[in-house]
Amino acid sequence: MMMNMVTALNSALAIEMENDDSIAILGEDVGAVGGVFRVTEGLQERFGTDRVIDTPLSESLIAGMATGMAMAGMRPIAEMQFMGFSYPALNIIISHIARMRNRSRGSYTVPLVIRMPYGAGIKALEHHSESTESIYAQIPGLKVVIPSSPREAKGLLISSIRDPDPVIFLEPARNYRLFSEEVEEDAFTISLGESKMVQEGDDITIVGWGAMMPIIQEATHSVEEIGISCEVIDLRTISPMDSEAVIKSVIKTGRVIIVQEAPMTCGVASELIARISNKAFLSLEAPPERVTAPDITVPLPKGEKYYYINMEKIRDSIEKVISF
Amino acid sequence: MLLDDYNPLSGRMLTILDQDANLNEILMPQLDSAVVEKAFRTMVLSRVADDKAVILQRQGRMGTYPPNKGQEAASLGPAMTMGDRDWFVWGFRELAGLLWRGLPLEQYYLGWMGNEYGNHYDPDLRITPTSIPVASQYTYAVGLAYASRYQKENTVIFAFTGDGGTSEGDFHESLNAAGVFNLPIVFIVQNNQWAISLPRSEQTASDTIAQKAIAYGIRGIQVDGNDILAMYAASEEAAEVARNGGGPTLIEAYTYRLGNHTTSDDARRYRVEEEAKEWEARDPLNRMLKYVRSREILSEKKIESVWEWAKTLVEEAAHKAETTPPPSLDDVFRHTYESMTSNLKEQFDDMKKREESQ
Repeated sequence: MMMNMVTALNSALAIEMENDDSIAILGEDVGAVGGVFRVTEGLQERFGTDRVIDTPLSESLIAGMATGMAMAGMRPIAEMQFMGFSYPALNIIISHIARMRNRSRGSYTVPLVIRMPYGAGIKALEHHSESTESIYAQIPGLKVVIPSSPREAKGLLISSIRDPDPVIFLEPARNYRLFSEEVEEDAFTISLGESKMVQEGDDITIVGWGAMMPIIQEATHSVEEIGISCEVIDLRTISPMDSEAVIKSVIKTGRVIIVQEAPMTCGVASELIARISNKAFLSLEAPPERVTAPDITVPLPKGEKYYYINMEKIRDSIEKVISF
Repeated sequence: MLLDDYNPLSGRMLTILDQDANLNEILMPQLDSAVVEKAFRTMVLSRVADDKAVILQRQGRMGTYPPNKGQEAASLGPAMTMGDRDWFVWGFRELAGLLWRGLPLEQYYLGWMGNEYGNHYDPDLRITPTSIPVASQYTYAVGLAYASRYQKENTVIFAFTGDGGTSEGDFHESLNAAGVFNLPIVFIVQNNQWAISLPRSEQTASDTIAQKAIAYGIRGIQVDGNDILAMYAASEEAAEVARNGGGPTLIEAYTYRLGNHTTSDDARRYRVEEEAKEWEARDPLNRMLKYVRSREILSEKKIESVWEWAKTLVEEAAHKAETTPPPSLDDVFRHTYESMTSNLKEQFDDMKKREESQ
């Protein structure tokens, strides 16, 4: 069935809720209106107000309430309306959700999912274009998943819901309705922590995730015309990070570029390059390169072109690394 | 109903057993003398255990520790009204209530000595782990209450914080949501007059903490927190209301921290000693002792033996905690995720190799 990312996510939620009545969704405007991006559309009508809960406008409470529900044996799926509004919940996420298992030495666990749209390129107001995934990726105890396509979104969300650990599930808002693809109607899973080989190639490895994947593919197709063969990896999960697959690829190609929507410093790309340098040092034919946003606040839409990564930026970087 | 008669707008604080052990017979809760005896024993044990913890810290045998002295009744009263499947959501100064609930003292000590196994509770106790970020535990208390209702468990959640906690956003968000969802929670604020160095008067411009309940559309009551009988009576009623679908209640336990905030604190830097002296006269344990004597619930000999019993138990618990082996390398890695991620496993293996080669 053809689905865009919104309908694929909705399908995953509906299937899982149908199969497991310990699952409940909570967040702002997730009920009658189906979420501001309509990801939970129709679910309250189908599963009732007890299981699709419109909460007061309180992000910290949403995260904490989900924590308590999970400790009591439920499987909550919380929605933060935008990643930029998740920061009031950071204390609960870092101080309780991520470490309840460790703090109690396993007496209590917090299996939950916190979904949030992230990323720029949607001509939105301030705080609606954040990609601060590395904040979450640095916290021990959390898993951080970022799907790039409708099918990926469905399989990864189902895995996240079933995972015994808390998962921060970041949905690229720009890709919500960008394209549709064939997605299985039934439940299927995609393992967390396993990257996806999108395209095999010989000359250079390009790694990305989430909203960057379609842009990366545009760039790799364009350099194919000048005879550069790219190997493309979709990381899918930034914590845990499948660096083994990336390292294996870099050992083969000798060159690597990491494409990261977020600002450069202390990002996921930094970590990945550290691991590559450590494990594939002697295979490198050129210094690993990052294509990232600059270390500035996401500009409002009128200035976004100075921030957002486009196909040309990636293509230029490929040519630079190839000609090193 | 106490919750009506002593609603925050009444301007009255509920006291049943006053500091001179005068008893309000009308409001006196029905308690078997065996229960009163157990409450007395628990309070004594809490006091002795607490004093011992401070000594252990001074001797370098315990980490930073927050003393409970003077606040025993505030957590014990609510704990006495809890059902087996109810949840005890604590912050970090609720020792007497925890002991009543059945938390082994050696485990409590173990936690403050710096070992996570101190929080490895038997899940049947339904005690959530220590929560040091003040009032944040109120948010998951709301979730426990939501789950309780959803799972048709008919349990009540007892959630503790302090007067400082009422200034946190999580306090507001949680009381607000608990009101909206009409959840079975008893929120207990141990107003011990000081949040480290900040007096209650500078924490909030509200006359009472109990009155904050009004804004959230829930019940509130200010209770003499050093009066075990008043704390019991108010909690019992609030729990019953919650269990019958009547929603949350905020109980302000008006008490006093006789000790320092923690063993790293020196209260003499910010408060006058006369104040603490004055509150010593209202000490919940002395009050309980007067009551037990005046009602002849326990003989002098029996009272004496309770202290001896407590000292022996405390020594044993301290010994057990101190002789518990420190966590292994495996322990500190194993509980980050259900199973170690590959990256974590690599770090673990590396450290394991180093450990084995040493």
